[in-house]
Amino acid sequence: MQNDQILDVCNLTVRFANGAVRAVDGVDLSLGRGKLGIVGESGSGKSTVGRALMRLLPPFASVTADRLSFDGQDLLDLSERRMHKLRGARMSLIMQDPRYSLNPVKTIGIQVAEAARLHLGHRRKEARDAAEAILERVRIREPRRVLDAYPHQISGGMGQRVMIGMMLLAKPRLVIADEPTSALDVSVRGEVLDLLDEMVEQEGAALILISHDIRMVSAFCERIAVMYKGRVVEELAHLGEAEHIYTRGLISAMPDPRLPVRRLKVPDRAALAKLESEGGI
Amino acid sequence: MIEIRQLDITYGEGETANHVVRGIDLSIGEGESVGIVGESGCGKSTVLRSLVGLERGWRGSIQIGGRDMPQVRRIADLRLAQMVFQDPFGSLHPRHRIGTALSEAARCMGLRADPDRIAAALEEVGLPAGFADRFPHELSGGQRQRVAIARALIVEPPVILLDEPTSALDVSVQAEILNLLSDRREERGLTYLFVTHDLSVVSHMCDRILVMEKGVFSEELTADDIGAARATTPYAQHLIDASLLGHDTNP
Repeated sequence: MQNDQILDVCNLTVRFANGAVRAVDGVDLSLGRGKLGIVGESGSGKSTVGRALMRLLPPFASVTADRLSFDGQDLLDLSERRMHKLRGARMSLIMQDPRYSLNPVKTIGIQVAEAARLHLGHRRKEARDAAEAILERVRIREPRRVLDAYPHQISGGMGQRVMIGMMLLAKPRLVIADEPTSALDVSVRGEVLDLLDEMVEQEGAALILISHDIRMVSAFCERIAVMYKGRVVEELAHLGEAEHIYTRGLISAMPDPRLPVRRLKVPDRAALAKLESEGGI
Repeated sequence: MIEIRQLDITYGEGETANHVVRGIDLSIGEGESVGIVGESGCGKSTVLRSLVGLERGWRGSIQIGGRDMPQVRRIADLRLAQMVFQDPFGSLHPRHRIGTALSEAARCMGLRADPDRIAAALEEVGLPAGFADRFPHELSGGQRQRVAIARALIVEPPVILLDEPTSALDVSVQAEILNLLSDRREERGLTYLFVTHDLSVVSHMCDRILVMEKGVFSEELTADDIGAARATTPYAQHLIDASLLGHDTNP
């Protein structure tokens, strides 16, 4: 195993309903330090990939892979106990809406400190100091005030910064961010992405950014994997390379203020279905 | 078509009062398509809700199609403007068939609601007439939003108010819905007022875009201004820059 390879996935397949539904169908991913984007529409399987990597899918999902190794360990072989130790410490998941991923009846301070106690083995006082320090690092202006606040008392952007801080506390090797900015106002999206970028860069971690917004992902990630119906149809370094009709459809369906058109191009679903029946996807 | 003078809305009283809309003026001509952009809590949805009659206790004056709107609307007032909401899950009754949802909207406004009319309304938004027998959960998000548009159009209002109509949809479905909205507007000469946080969507759909900030309009932009990332206030500039993220990497 090479030292710089963090994640190596070969032929990852996730089946639901006794194999009747293939949510993820033979996905290969390989990732060292750096940023990989996974783009697709709802139902493409992009979030399922993220959850399968964290082994957070429900027990009735069947996950198989020829290879699913993270930091040299085979994730499919690990016991739930070992996996539990890995999650949050070596690999972290940042979800869409901080309002749902933070516990509403505990203060921010207790939750961030809990992460420090759990993953860094800190004692109470130490954990609280670590929590304050990390909030400062994610550029929260009054960390002390925020530590004592409840999740509903802070804004979405601040909540997401708390989540990022909490996830990066344990210096994970891999961060999976699933639509981290979709619940946020446009003007704070950029700040949150910049922060994520800076943190991942400083820690030398790998980042998987899962999103439906192909332009945002292209501006942020070094590589983009485009998913459609459970498969990666194309992997790109930038949008200009897009060749697959699905990717091109996705790009041109987005209104672009710089290139005004009277009507938007709608993806050619008939052509996609034909390609699919011919085994081209 | 729409004339708003000194619209002012406050929720609550005393110290906890929240002054949401602070004396705005807005004038929209017939057949025009105007957008309001701003962040959550800036008051943009409240303006729409008071236009359509969902808010009471506003101050100022609202005219639609030359008629003064009272606080409590009569049928004739309601027929002038109809709204399409963001979440088609929330805006359709889960236990009513699509046909029932559409006929109810028509009947409430004193219009006939025979099966032919329902079928025509569905076909107008690109759905087969047979969808009248379906329940909302049997439809995809895009199809449900088409039903929500049919529900607004069946009343035949001159004004359609759209509150984030595509934010819950995939981009390819969003493109279809936006095209549908443009087509119906062209055909019927409708006036649109679009509220969204997505600048690319408003600049595609609207001639004029108003930036709303803390209850007032802080700037008016054209679609070209957004394309050229040209604004006069720092707030609007920031909003444009943030939403154009990734647009410089065109294929």
